[in-house]
Amino acid sequence: MRTTTATGRPPASATLPGRQATTTTGTRPRIEALLRRLTGDEKHAPSAHSTLDVLQVLYERVLNIDPARTDDPDRDRFLLSKGHGPAAYYAVLAARGFFPEHWLDDLAGPDSPLGHHPDRLLVPGVEIGSGSLGHGLGLGVGIALGLRAQGLLRPRVHVLLGDAELDEGSNHEAIAYAGAVGLASLTAIVVDNRSATHGWPGGLASRFTVNGWTAATVDGRDQDALAAALTGHDNRRPHLVVAVTEPKE
Amino acid sequence: MRETFIDTTSTILAEKPRTALVLADISAASFAPAARRHPDRVLNVGIREQLMIGVAGGLALTGLRPIVHSYATFLVDRAYEQIKLDLDHQGVGAVLVSVGASYDGASMGRTHMSPQDVALLDTLDGWTVHVPGHAGEVAGPLHAAVGGDGAVYLRLSTQTNDRARPGDGSLTVVRPGGPGAPLVIAVGPVLDEVLAAVAGLDVAVAYTNRPRPFDTAGLRALTGTEVVLVEPYLAGTSSRLVDAALADRPHRLLSLGVGRDDLHRYGSAADHARWHGLDAAGLRRSISAFLAPA
Repeated sequence: MRTTTATGRPPASATLPGRQATTTTGTRPRIEALLRRLTGDEKHAPSAHSTLDVLQVLYERVLNIDPARTDDPDRDRFLLSKGHGPAAYYAVLAARGFFPEHWLDDLAGPDSPLGHHPDRLLVPGVEIGSGSLGHGLGLGVGIALGLRAQGLLRPRVHVLLGDAELDEGSNHEAIAYAGAVGLASLTAIVVDNRSATHGWPGGLASRFTVNGWTAATVDGRDQDALAAALTGHDNRRPHLVVAVTEPKE
Repeated sequence: MRETFIDTTSTILAEKPRTALVLADISAASFAPAARRHPDRVLNVGIREQLMIGVAGGLALTGLRPIVHSYATFLVDRAYEQIKLDLDHQGVGAVLVSVGASYDGASMGRTHMSPQDVALLDTLDGWTVHVPGHAGEVAGPLHAAVGGDGAVYLRLSTQTNDRARPGDGSLTVVRPGGPGAPLVIAVGPVLDEVLAAVAGLDVAVAYTNRPRPFDTAGLRALTGTEVVLVEPYLAGTSSRLVDAALADRPHRLLSLGVGRDDLHRYGSAADHARWHGLDAAGLRRSISAFLAPA
């Protein structure tokens, strides 16, 4: 199932709250085991799990990143802009071999490289340190421009945001500019668990499409739909994927 | 200074393909020829200063060397968290180049003033700060900054001394005093006013146009017990460094610079210098009072 619309209206199936994962691959039990291995005081647990399917699809089916060559200039980039609830991110990175699994046992400990918000200087494969909302998309625009200026035209830059994170005005500086200059190697992914305090009347995708982005809105628990949407860019304009998940409790 | 910056940067962009320039409309017309020659490396994001610094951070993450330019108040004050997180926290540097130092834009009012830019960068670690006192002191630091990969701030002003004193940024005596004479340190474009202010006083005057890292070794070598610090930005910005450098010896320090108060006045930069006591007459009053026997 995949829906690409200019208005960003979610497909009907995506609006059902509490929808369970419809597609899993053989690695899912291992990722979930690694998630359980993280210590128990994870303070942003609901949002952590809202990103799990998107992250699994990105790392298993979309991104071209070799865990053994995290400094390869030609790699795809994934930026976790929202930074909050990185448990699923850490679990997927550990499952892919970016760092040893035992790192998961001491989340946010005094000597742990893994904290409640990720730090790029501490964790292999983490492209940006994040946690303060509204920084990842601007950095992603800069990375996309920097790759283009150096003739590195193959890599894509993927930035994961939350629907509440879009409250930060800095995102809208990046959305407008990326659209205006047709930054075709950029994909923004917004996990929409309807946690924005004042919502997005008219749909959050419209904030992107009015600025010239393409947009696909899909069920954030449907991995096949996510994979199709995440590869649905037209190579002429920046691309948005809205992954709708169950509302934040 | 601004013209020298534009000419030098345009040359650097042509010679060094690792260099990029990020603008937020300010000076964009002056860089139009460079933008035509290097459309992928001269990037004007529009009036979006948060994005301007974010883009610089992203460029640096791909290995480019970004130069970022706007009015000081928009470049530093407005985008402070982006400087802190999109550059410093990511472990990358950039060359920030401002115009509109302190009250250069006095006629435009408080909204275009930034006397606090150096103090804000001082809350972060490891920034190199250049405060040229003359157009002839701009190109050297700019070339050096672009050739490195650290965090560098180049603070350009319409205030200027009569002649250029390029150098390596270490404290340089421009007027010797007698044995044990108090030391007056002038930073950047305040030097000529300082020299006029101390005419006939037995003080030494030393100059620097690179307050960060501050030349503390030079300070210790030149200082007796009395130091006067005159800075063209917020008063006291460097006083903690001077005090720390002299912590092991009795000393007295007078820190002069721009006051914290919003005067709600327009006028010229010269008017604001006078109101903040940074003209020759005001400096002489403050320095004489400090040095007068109790």
